[in-house]
Amino acid sequence: MTATKRITIKATRFDPDKDEKPRLQTYEIPFSDDSMVVLDALNYIKGHVDGSLSYRWSCRMGICGSCGMMVDGVPKLTCNAFLRDHWPRPITVEPLNNFPVIRDLVIDMDDFMHKLKAIKPWVIRKQPVPLGGGAFVQTTAQIDEFRQFSQCINCMLCYAACPVYGLNNEFLGPAAIALARRYNVDSRDEGLGQRLPVLADAEGVWECSFVGECSVVCPKGVDPAKAIQQTKLDTTMRFVLPFGNRD
Amino acid sequence: MDPTSYDVLIIGGGLAGIRAAIAVAETNPRLKIGMVSKVYPMRSHTVSAEGGAAAVLSKDDSYDTHAFDTIKGSDYLADQDVVEAFVREAPLEVVQMEHWGCPWSRNADGTVAVRPFGGMTTWRTVFAADKSGFHMLHTVFQTSLKYDQIHRHDEAFVTKLLVENSRCVGVTAIDVRSGQMYAITAKATILATGGLGRIYAFTTNGNICTGDGMALAYRAGVPLKDMEMVQFHPTGLPFTGILITEAVRGEGGYLLNNQGERFLKRYVPNKMELGPRDIISRAMTTEFEEGRGFEGPHGKYMHLDVRHLGEATIDRRLPFMRELGREFVGIDIVKDPIPVRPVMHYMMGGVDADISGATLMKGLYAAGECANVGLNGANRLGSNSLSECLVFGAAAGRAAAEQVGSLAAAGANPIEAMLKDETKRVEGGFLDKKGGDERIAEIREDMQHSMDEGAGVYRTKEGLTELTRRLDGFRERFERIKIDDSSRVFNTELTAAIELGFMLDCAVAVAHSALAREESRGAHARRDFPERNDEKYLKHTIAHHTEAGPRLEYRDVTLGKFEPKARAY
Repeated sequence: MTATKRITIKATRFDPDKDEKPRLQTYEIPFSDDSMVVLDALNYIKGHVDGSLSYRWSCRMGICGSCGMMVDGVPKLTCNAFLRDHWPRPITVEPLNNFPVIRDLVIDMDDFMHKLKAIKPWVIRKQPVPLGGGAFVQTTAQIDEFRQFSQCINCMLCYAACPVYGLNNEFLGPAAIALARRYNVDSRDEGLGQRLPVLADAEGVWECSFVGECSVVCPKGVDPAKAIQQTKLDTTMRFVLPFGNRD
Repeated sequence: MDPTSYDVLIIGGGLAGIRAAIAVAETNPRLKIGMVSKVYPMRSHTVSAEGGAAAVLSKDDSYDTHAFDTIKGSDYLADQDVVEAFVREAPLEVVQMEHWGCPWSRNADGTVAVRPFGGMTTWRTVFAADKSGFHMLHTVFQTSLKYDQIHRHDEAFVTKLLVENSRCVGVTAIDVRSGQMYAITAKATILATGGLGRIYAFTTNGNICTGDGMALAYRAGVPLKDMEMVQFHPTGLPFTGILITEAVRGEGGYLLNNQGERFLKRYVPNKMELGPRDIISRAMTTEFEEGRGFEGPHGKYMHLDVRHLGEATIDRRLPFMRELGREFVGIDIVKDPIPVRPVMHYMMGGVDADISGATLMKGLYAAGECANVGLNGANRLGSNSLSECLVFGAAAGRAAAEQVGSLAAAGANPIEAMLKDETKRVEGGFLDKKGGDERIAEIREDMQHSMDEGAGVYRTKEGLTELTRRLDGFRERFERIKIDDSSRVFNTELTAAIELGFMLDCAVAVAHSALAREESRGAHARRDFPERNDEKYLKHTIAHHTEAGPRLEYRDVTLGKFEPKARAY
């Protein structure tokens, strides 16, 4: 047996009751298995070295969206950021950019929760549809219209990558606009007219300067930049269409 | 009105909890609803469910067949009245989900598609590719946002049920962000906290699946039912325990041993890869023991092979599996077989509840995985649990909404006193505790490995007796824990400590219930009692909490038109 490799993790520590500003704390831990990810390293630290390190996580399979952090300056899900891609260099783990920090690696994402509600992310029908009529008919081609936008796991990596959101957190932002698009182009939905005022607002799609970083960092292949560009077109069409057709 | 006082309070923001909240809102729009989650609701573990939701939708299918499959799958420990009601409601719930926007996969004509699943005699599992739970959870959560009467308490951690005159009147909770303890009162409370997988080391369950609702009810005097019934899913990725969906086999994947042989022909010849989970997990274990497994750095494994399905089918039906293979194993499942081994996945056992989710305590309901309403018996069929969350979440919501009209609100005075006591318990027992030398993680890891060893796919009297002895030891060590983190703000070491306490209580109930059931039925396989014994054990195990350990009783299973028979596939 060769001696277990070790790896250095530098993690942000910040307790608002005690600290004026965040600092990095260095931990050296065993890197005992090639399958280990940054989240495993944090769990090792919390379990065996320093129980006071705070961060969020749950599924460890890239679907719950809890464990997004800055890993060496890049927003990533720590459950699929592998230590082997960094070793023997140290890894710096910080809370996601562009958000207030509650504690250590935990960000405050209430702003997104409000924006999510603001875009009315539910199927809107002009007339209620009774259940007795059964399911809507929807072809695979129709689902393909919105499929990728429905893959958003709300992990906030796109907000951390968005320079516009970094400057102005009133901006609706990539995930919320992608989710609005998800419903706007769903053949079962009739709510475009209700969502457009929020999307076309001063802090809506027109704030985007089309840097496209959101789509680069998305771990689920969503292309919010595309959703934003397409929605810009929707907001324009609304003003060139006659009143009766604006819903 | 007090912002922390509700008509109906729901603990848990997964599929069952949110479905319950919407059902309350739809039953009586004037009711004030609280929904507490220890995470943000869309992080709940429903999100990891992959394969789909079972419901009778096609003309070739029938309620009777779905009921029979479920009852046979349960090894006749399901309550047949509950199953009959379930199969009738499930199709309506699936259509309701569709109307709310769930992107169910479709047939060429645009109708909702179904796929085959283990233990089901016909195709009846509706699905959204292989991210069914993810899509269902986000769909109900986003839909719930349109109900202004649903007030969320996100990242609030429930520590105790408030009980006044044998009636549940709410909970105490820690606001995780501030560390503040507060009381949330309600005329009716619905537990929907999900599973208990983290009592095991090798599990598909997320970090949050710590049996909170089970322990809360158990400690308050509500029994747990059939806790020995723990499901091991045949196909988890070694090391991580990440779930590889049964839909992989539903779509035609093969399970192969190290001889390249579809070994299930010796165990479930008529079903092969679509046998029920308990039997396939045992078959794999037997193959491993007889030297026909692959040896890897993280234990023995089998191959799950989908290469013959072709890239187009894999990308359309199993895209997440391809992603998981690529990202977590470094393989492309189009070209490489997937390494898999049995992994703890689901609790059939849970809070003893009836067909409408009502427990033996007035004002307290339970739904979803944390409950045992009698649907799954000794072995749940794949894709029945997402439907269960919908059907019984909605049932509990409706029942609670109808009950609250006849109930008075809880009095303020006893609540104040109860909150004070509980705050003292949490702060004195954990945060401000002096001394102690035991790390939470070390006790937790010891518990998890002991559960893997003692209460796994196969069990024995010796193994279970040793497990109960060890669990007693862990509970003693738990009294001596030390907590590094004295901060009030987002103290996840404090919540982890309370979770460990919850898990230890539930694990003890699992071990004792398993030790007492001296037969093999469904997922409970005793090497020393290999046969099913209907004469003695066609009964639910009912575990009551006492200081000295669980006190067990038995309750007859509700039979119906399906007579218990030998279970062969």
